This record gives sequence, structure tokens and C-alpha cells, in this order.
Amino acid sequence: MSAHESLPHDAAHLHVTGRARYIDDIPTPTDCLHLAFGLSPIAKGRIRAMDLSAVRSAPGVVDVIAGADLDPIPDCAPAAHDEPLLSDGTIHYAGQPLFLVIADTHLAARRAALLAKLDLAEETPILSIEDALAANARFEDGPRIYAKGDVEAALAQAPHIVEGRIAIGGQEHFYLEGQAALALPQENGDMVIHASTQHPTEIQHKVADALGLPMHGVRVEVRRMGGGFGGKESQGNALAIACALVAARTGRPAKMRYDRDDDFMITGKRHDIRIDYRAGFDADGRILGVDFTHVLRCGWSMDLSLPVADRAMLHADNAYELPAARITSHRLRTNHQSATAFRGFGGPQGMVGIERVMDHIAHHLGRDPLDIRRLNYYPEAQTAPSGASGGSISEAKMVHEAPRTGTTPYGMEVRDFILHGLTERLAQSCDYAGRRVAIARWNAANPVLKRGIALTPVKFGISFTLTHLNQAGALVHVYQDGSIQINHGGTEMGQGLFQKVAQVAASRFGVGMEKIKITATDTGKVPNSSATAASSGTDLNGMAVQAACDTIRDRIAAHLAEVYGKDDINFRDGCVDIGHDQRLSFAQAVQSAYAARVSLSATGFYKTPDIAWDRIAGKGQPFFYFAYSAACTEVVIDTLTGENRILRADILHDAGASLNPALDIGQIEGGFVQGAGWLTTEELVWDDRGRLKTHAPSTYKIPACSDRPPIFNVALWDQPNPARTIYRSKAVGEPPFMLGISVLMALSEACSACGPHYPDLQGPATAEAVLAAIDRARSA
Amino acid sequence: MTIRFLLNGEPVQVDAPPTATLLDWLREERRLTGTKEGCNEGDCGACTVMVTDPDGSARALNACILFLPQLAGRAVRTVEGIASPDGALHPVQQAMIDHHGSQCGFCTPGFVVSMAVAHRNGRTDHDDQLAGNLCRCTGYAPIIRAAKAVETAPVPGWMRADAETLRSASFSVSQISSGGRQRSAIGPSDNGDGGRQPPTCPTSADDLAAWYLENPKATLIAGATDVGLWVTKGLRDPAPIAFLNQCADLRGIVADDETIHIGAMTTIAELGTFIADRHPAFAELIRRYGSAQVRNAATIGGNIANGSPIGDSPPALIALGASLHLRRGDTRRVIALEDFFLDYGKQDRAEGEFVAAVSIPVQPDRLACYKLSKRFDQDISAVCGAFSITVEDEKVTAVRIAFGGMAGTPKRAHAVEAALIGQDWTEAKVLAAQDAFAADFTPLSDMRASARYRLRAAKAMLMRYFHESRGQPVGLLEVQP
Repeated sequence: MSAHESLPHDAAHLHVTGRARYIDDIPTPTDCLHLAFGLSPIAKGRIRAMDLSAVRSAPGVVDVIAGADLDPIPDCAPAAHDEPLLSDGTIHYAGQPLFLVIADTHLAARRAALLAKLDLAEETPILSIEDALAANARFEDGPRIYAKGDVEAALAQAPHIVEGRIAIGGQEHFYLEGQAALALPQENGDMVIHASTQHPTEIQHKVADALGLPMHGVRVEVRRMGGGFGGKESQGNALAIACALVAARTGRPAKMRYDRDDDFMITGKRHDIRIDYRAGFDADGRILGVDFTHVLRCGWSMDLSLPVADRAMLHADNAYELPAARITSHRLRTNHQSATAFRGFGGPQGMVGIERVMDHIAHHLGRDPLDIRRLNYYPEAQTAPSGASGGSISEAKMVHEAPRTGTTPYGMEVRDFILHGLTERLAQSCDYAGRRVAIARWNAANPVLKRGIALTPVKFGISFTLTHLNQAGALVHVYQDGSIQINHGGTEMGQGLFQKVAQVAASRFGVGMEKIKITATDTGKVPNSSATAASSGTDLNGMAVQAACDTIRDRIAAHLAEVYGKDDINFRDGCVDIGHDQRLSFAQAVQSAYAARVSLSATGFYKTPDIAWDRIAGKGQPFFYFAYSAACTEVVIDTLTGENRILRADILHDAGASLNPALDIGQIEGGFVQGAGWLTTEELVWDDRGRLKTHAPSTYKIPACSDRPPIFNVALWDQPNPARTIYRSKAVGEPPFMLGISVLMALSEACSACGPHYPDLQGPATAEAVLAAIDRARSA
Repeated sequence: MTIRFLLNGEPVQVDAPPTATLLDWLREERRLTGTKEGCNEGDCGACTVMVTDPDGSARALNACILFLPQLAGRAVRTVEGIASPDGALHPVQQAMIDHHGSQCGFCTPGFVVSMAVAHRNGRTDHDDQLAGNLCRCTGYAPIIRAAKAVETAPVPGWMRADAETLRSASFSVSQISSGGRQRSAIGPSDNGDGGRQPPTCPTSADDLAAWYLENPKATLIAGATDVGLWVTKGLRDPAPIAFLNQCADLRGIVADDETIHIGAMTTIAELGTFIADRHPAFAELIRRYGSAQVRNAATIGGNIANGSPIGDSPPALIALGASLHLRRGDTRRVIALEDFFLDYGKQDRAEGEFVAAVSIPVQPDRLACYKLSKRFDQDISAVCGAFSITVEDEKVTAVRIAFGGMAGTPKRAHAVEAALIGQDWTEAKVLAAQDAFAADFTPLSDMRASARYRLRAAKAMLMRYFHESRGQPVGLLEVQP
């Protein structure tokens, strides 16, 4: 049984020896062309004229293409058809591609791209929230509003009110492999694309569109990405289209990869958000009603901003039952890079709002924030999950006398809530209460340094909110020698999807992992795939591969049943048992089936059941289930400068019955640190003309090795998913990212130790932001 | 030009433009694509390679900002050369697999090389050794578990073989010549050297002095951690160029009872090792200076000569009363280091004059250095303060304070010093002296910090020095979980 085993990443051996191939490592024919974009230095305006003669005559340059040379200009947008490959004359952001250089080498293309003489009419860009609101620059007619109950009445009657505002910055993906694509022209105008993308089908679709081909004329292959995190869901379109365009024009292969600074300047990032909140609660801290206003700067084009902003609204409750709630969401159009998908897809932003409210209520009442959080949790699931060991020691007392389910602000019942038990077990294992007391004592004795601790939960909805995306296909071949090749629509970006799905296949056939070959994602093998996103990769593709394997297995079994006259056929240990006394090796069984002309190839298909969602009304069941988690983080701050460190993090995470505990723990550790980076050191800074000033790792600081918690305990809440998922596992890609919120809340606690007032800590909590919060705690 | 070095144990002879980077050459000419380009500016470590000198010392360096002439007479091992020649994995490679240290795998080759170098050198300060390798997937925990797991594993023989090969008769000493004119598909001089003056590789300070006098507009390349970016990011093609890595007499530290004399080509890593016993705070500052890869390449001379307002060594050196040794032809002069920095981008350096050395008077250690940056490790300082304050009988009897990040140059805080000197060493006097910072500094706002915060932080650092002198816990990094 390979499912549930902690096997290494399927490509680990290739990774450590440098033999894992990424786009730029693929050998190319010697006549391969290399591309680079010339970028706009201004954030808004018009092109009066572009003198590209120096670009054209630069060494190694083969051709230069401007928007005016293309009719029509191919579109790169994932949804709204609002992203011309090259500017059509209007400039929307600093970093927008204006022209395309085609050269013999990557370096020659980059060098030439700097030589354009641009005559641009600069206009005042819309950058701030205030400017965008004043100009009514937005992506929907007005704000989207989801509501439950009468929030005004609830607030009017509430004995206590806190209100405030928290702004949280965006985040650059900083996938280590920058965006890259390679186009190989084929006979009869067909095109093969290798791309670093989470969404091969979209690349296929956009390239076909750009070339005027049916989708069958374009094949996209993705073996792996050097990181994605959402940044390769739509942001790779431009490179693939540019390469395809050049390959089609010249008949030569064309490759494009962004230099890191260009990648920062051109591509979208996580949406920043400003959340205004007003929360009413009783003397115990029980929330009676909350009114949230989300304002997101979406950048110049729509990209995926609507579903991102929706998901922020859908996570405005996080783990808490809100008797009355209203979430108003503004999606602003600004002259920045177009904000895009990033791990959590708006969920983290929405979640920060309610966690901030919990923190604020606790401060207002002088209570432990964890008490306030637990008081407001949704009711625990009615029946404790059965099966695997490891249930909460206090599960029994947490089960309510009169079981009921809570309802989210969007009308979905929360039936699988486990955070009461999970929180209790984590609080015990990390000694939250004891350490909180010890920290208070330590703080009293230390005037300069202050510690803080916080335990925050995560409840994350699993499924694409665009319901039709919740489908997946697979293709499985069993060869005569008993070796098996599997393929599905999901892409590998480091998360271990390929290995987990291979483990499913090995389990279905009862064979060892060495029998399974995992092949590159290929639109020619499995069509119409959804992006590998929304944490759905294993849930969807694991099920599809399982279906394909089972089809073949059933055919082999039926064949053997017929031959041997027995119905009792079992696949295990690399063999096929026929009845109780006969056994064939898997290869022998396959040989037998082949000789009897049994098809040993099958497709598989899966669609997520039980989901329905009306995003305009804000009502329905958008999620198949929820994934749960909690983290307890301790920090220390320096009250002189605001500098801060994470001292310890303890995490208890619900990955269902994990398909591969080692890979899942890898997602949790990595997600936590990435989430912590978002809320601490990762600060995007644009100047007052809209130019990104943090466009390289020298100025944009993702966590380094020593930023991880020196004590870092991660455990799995090893209970099967009550929902019928693949081997009862749960999606694990995004949920742990939001554990980083515990860092922000721990910092808030540490700031609170400096003075009587609410510190109103903003994000990212850089040293400078922490010092400002300390000032507020002490002030007035 | 023609350069000879060892690549994964085999001698190679390369004809390439002088500013061709090792990374481009490996990937595009040798098809050794295991070494990755992550940032092309020496900040992510995905391109880390191991470089061994004939003396047997081995270092991790960033191949993206390493020019081929810097490798002359040295040995390079890429990730492809970390496993044994017969394919058996190096212990760190196996440990990375066993401990799930790779996810997307793109940073992994760089990590593997950094870890293999650290392992070879017996280093177990993993956070420092790996501060220059960024990973976006794992959160680093499994990588550190892997590094710890192999701390005591024997160093494989091939990891030590290069030095011997370099010293062997088959690898001649005249590794470099400047006559090459061969066309190459890489590097900025895509059309060949184009009749431009070929770079020179002086082998002594005298050599350099004579050549530089004749080529006073030339670019001198020491560690290339700054000039490398002119090429990879600025896409400049500096010429003429002199590579100083063979000027052995410019490298090294000599100390007597009165003076510590540090040759300009001494790397920051070497300085850090040397200074740890005498001025531990300086060594601690150096620990957070760049990354292992950067400290292994960057030189003290380069860090001073480029005149950056945010270089980390000048504030500490100024606080220690360092002198700068300049040379132009046969003319030598010595000035106070703080006098070298005239204005932003402007130094007291004549054309054809170069930094030969910096010297520090031997003194009792009173130095404290405080580096403030957005990220603790491998980040450029927003503010870097260095303090040397002598307190006798509760009175300040001597004081030197210098800052980086507070002005267009590294700068002494004369007004603050004046406010402290002769005063009682009390919190009240320190508070009063804080006001003088505004007289010394008018910092800028940028992406690293606001002007207001910089001024506030500089004042806070003086207070931190005071608290520290009183035994108050102020060290964030010393707090144990």
C-alpha cells in the first residue's frame, strides 16, 4: 500500500543532482530565438512615438515587434480579454510590455530592449485607494456585498463595539524559477509549447487564439515548475504567446524567460487589502455582528481579481460563527501590475480581518485572545470522525449537548468543524497557557525586549468557487511488461502532486512505486484541464487517476475471473491473487490480459459532488469541505527599533488521512514560513509615480533560512476526511499559508505588552511598522 | 582572453569575453544546466558553485556574478560535480532526499553545493552557511534537518581532490593570457572583444599601480559583487578592466602590537574570521554582511572603494579609527577612513589611485555594531551604527560613532560625539545626546525605511549601547525560545 506512505518527492534524486529539467534547461535547436520585452517606465499615459531603430540594429537582434505591428494584438488575459500582449498605445502600469525584441541570445535581447527611444505622454496614475475610489475606478459596477442577518440592528444593540482598520500589503510570489516558455513550431502550422505554468490548458487556449488555430493545433507540455504559488496561473500567458507568435512568424523555435527584475516589474502579485471593521459583542466577547469593508487594489487588468476578492469575502468569518455579518468588497482598478492568484487566493486577506477583530475584542475586554476565539468558534462536528487514532483528548466535552451546525455568512452549513478539539490538543501540546503566564512575567522584567504569543485557527474552503472548474481527467496506460504510465491534468510545482497521485495508482494496482512512471502534464494526453490551483490538485487528479486505474484493473480482473472461473481477484504486493490459492505476478496478469486482447489503457474523470454557488447573491455551498489547522507562535520584539524574531511555532494541521505525511508536512512548514514572510518582511514599495522600487531579492525580502522558527513543531491531525475524497485525505496546498497570521497576532500581543492602548499593528509588520504599533500602545 | 581552470575535476581552457559570467558559460556553453539562474544578482544562491584555491581552501560563490577570469588557476565544482564521478551521491544529496529537503527543486542545486562546501569545511553554523540560499517552498526546516544529519559524515575524497590537481605539474602556473580574440556566443561582447583593450590581470600591487596609472579610467574588479551587477543588471560593458584576484600582495592581514593592516583584496569572510577575537561585534556584523557566498567574494577594498552609503564595514572601521592606504603609481598616502567619503558617489580618490589597504589601531574592544535591515540575514542595512565609547569613572572620555544608511556616505556622528564627550554616562545624558543626531544626519526615505524611522532607529541604537553597557538584555538574537 503506497497511499499514506511518507515517500520522497518523485524528482528528489533529480533535484539534488541538478538533473531535473526546467524550461531553460531543455536543449534547444541552435537556431532558437530569444525574446525580451521592452517595458514602460511610466505607470499611465500614451505612446506618442517609439523609435526602435537602435533596438533593431543592436548586435544579435533579428526583429522587433511593437503593438502597432500586430493586428489584432493577441490577448493574454485569463478572463476579461483586457490584456494586450503589447501596449496598444495606452500605458496602464510601469513595467507594461511595449515592444518585443527577438534576438539570437537572451542577453542580446535584454541589452537591445534598453535602447528604445520612447516618446511617452505621461498622465497622473491612479495609485492610492482614495484616488481609485474618487475616480470610481473599479472592476464591477459597485461593491459586492454578502450579508447574513441584520448587521445594523446587531451592532446597534451590541453592548460593546470595536472598530478599526487594518491594511495588509501584497506579496511577490518569488518562485525561484522565473516565468519561462519555449515554442517549437511544427508542420502545418501546429505549435508545441513548453511552459512553466500551472495552467497548460489556458496556455493552449491563449496560444491557439493568438495564432488563429483551433485548440487541437497547440500542444502544451509542463514537466515541472520551479515554484508557482499562484503566480503561474495566468502570468505565463504573455511569454507563451510571444514565443508562439515569433515561432509561427519565423519558423524557428523561440524561448523567453524573464530576468528576475523584469519578472517583478511585469507580473502580478498578491492583492493588498484594506479592511475596515466594526464589530459588536457581548461582555463575554461573543460576537453579535460584524461589518467588514474590503478594499483591494487589483491593478490595471481584471485577471483573477473577482474570484480572489470573492474568496476574501468567503473567509471573512474564518472559524467563527457570526450571527450577523456584512462584507462589502471593492475591487479597484489602479495603475499597478495586475494583482493575481497567490496561495490562498484572497482567503488569507479575508481571514486577517476577523483575526484582527478577535485580537481587538480581547484587548478591549482584557481577555486572552484565544478564549475569545474559541468562544466564537463554529459548533464542533456532530460526530467525531472515526477510524484513525489520535482523536482529541477532550473531544467528548467539546461535543455540544444539542448538536447543531453553524452557518457561514454565505449560507453554507459548517458540518465538519473540528477546531474545538484541534485547538485544545495544540494548546495542550505547546503549553499555550503556561507559556502565556511565563511571557507576562518575562515581559514585566524586561523593559527593552517584549515577547508575545498567539494561537490562531484556520478554516479554509476547498473547491474552486467557479464550480465548473472542479473537474479533472486522467490517462493511464499499462504496458505489456506490467509497467504503468500515468498522466493527468495537474501540474507539478514542487508540492508533490505527482508523487501523491502515483501513490494512488500504485495502491490501486497493488504494485510498487517503481512500476509507476509519472509523465509530464500534456494537453495532448488529458484535455480541458483546470489550473492546478485552489489546493485541488490531489483531490481532483487523484480521483481521476483512481477512476482510470480502476477501469483497467476491473478489466484485468474480469478477464482473470473468466479464465480461472473465480470472482475473488485481488491486486496486492505486486501480484494478483486469484481465489485463495492462485497468484500471478502483476506482469503475468497483464500479459494474460494483453494476449486476450483486453484494453490496458483508460481515461478517468472526476467532478466534485455537492457544490453549488451563486457569487452574485453570495449564497450556496461553494466548498466540498473545509480544511482545518491551528498554529501557536511566539515572538520577541525590540522596543527600541521594532525589530522582531519568531521564537517558536507549533502547528497542528488537518490533512485528513494524509496521502503522504512527509510531503504534507513539507507544505505546512513551507506555507507557514511563506505566510509569515507576507506579514513581516515582505514589503512591496511603489514610488509616487507608480514604479515598483522593490523589484529584486536585494530589496524584496522573502524569509531566509534563519527566519524560520528555531523551534518548529508540526503535527498532523490524522483523521479521515468525512467528505469522500481520495483516500479520505484533505487538500493541503493553501491552508497552512494562513497559519502565518499567528505571527502577526503574536507581534500584536508583544506590542500590547508595551502600553495600555490597542497597538493597531499594520501589515507587513516590518520593524518600522512594529515600532509604530509600540508607539500607539504607549501613546495618549 | 584565455583562462584555464578545473571544472568538476577536469582542466578546461576557455576563450571568452572578460565579463562573461561563469553561470552563463556553464549553462550555455557547457550545457551544465544544474546551476540555476534565480536572480542574476547574487541574492538567491541558486547558482552557487564551489571554488577551490591551490592552497586547498574551498568556498561557495555565486556563479551569476563571477567572471571567468576570476577563476584562473582555480577549481570549480558545480552540482554536477558534487556526486562522485561514478554517480554515488554525496552525503548531503542523500540527506536532502531522505529529509524531504527539495520541493520544486529549483533552489536545490545551490543548496546542495552550499551544504557540501560547509560540510567539507566542517561548518555546522547552518543558518549562516545557508543565509545566501533562498528557498520559497520548504520553509527551510527540512533542509536544516538534512544538514544536521550529515554533520559527522566523512568528507568524500573527490571533494578534496581539486587542490592537489591544481598543484600538480599538469596544471601549469601561467593559467591566463590576454591574447584571445575568439568569438563567443556568450557575454556582453557578443561580437568579440571588438578591438577594445583586453583586460589585464596584474599579479602584484606594483603591476596594478603601473597599469592603472596608464589606464586611470579603468574598472578594477576585486570580488565583482558590485561590478557583477553593473554587467548582469545594468547591462554595462565596462572597459578597460583589471582583475585583481591575482595580486597576492594585496591580500591578507598582518598585525603587530599597534596596527592591524588589512590588504584591500582581503575578503570580508577572511576579515570576519580574523577580527572575531579582537572585536566580536565587528565579526557579528560581518556574519550578517551579505551571505557566505558574498562574503567569500567581496573584498574590504571593494566595500570601501565603491563608496556606498550602505556598505557595512565602513561604519565599524570608522568607529575603530581606521586609516585608508591609497596608492597612485608609486605615490602612497594614508588618510582617515571617514575623510575618504566626500559625498554621495564621490570619494577622495584621484584617477589612477586605488585602495591598497585599510589599517586599524590595536585597541581595547569597546566596539558595538548594530545592523538594522528588513530581514536579519543577507539584507542591505537600512541603518548600520557603530559605536566605540570609552567610559572611565562613569564619564565618557572617548567616543567614536559612525553610521551607514543615514547620509550619502558612511559618516561620523560628530555632533552626537560632542554631546557625549565629557558627560556622565547616564540614561539622562544619553537621552539628551540623542537630540544631536538631527544635527549630524538628514537621512532619506526609500524602500528600506523612512527618514523618520532611520533617525529614530539611530537614536535607539545609542540607547541600546547604553543599556548594553548596563548589562540590560537588548539582544534580540540572544533570546532563547
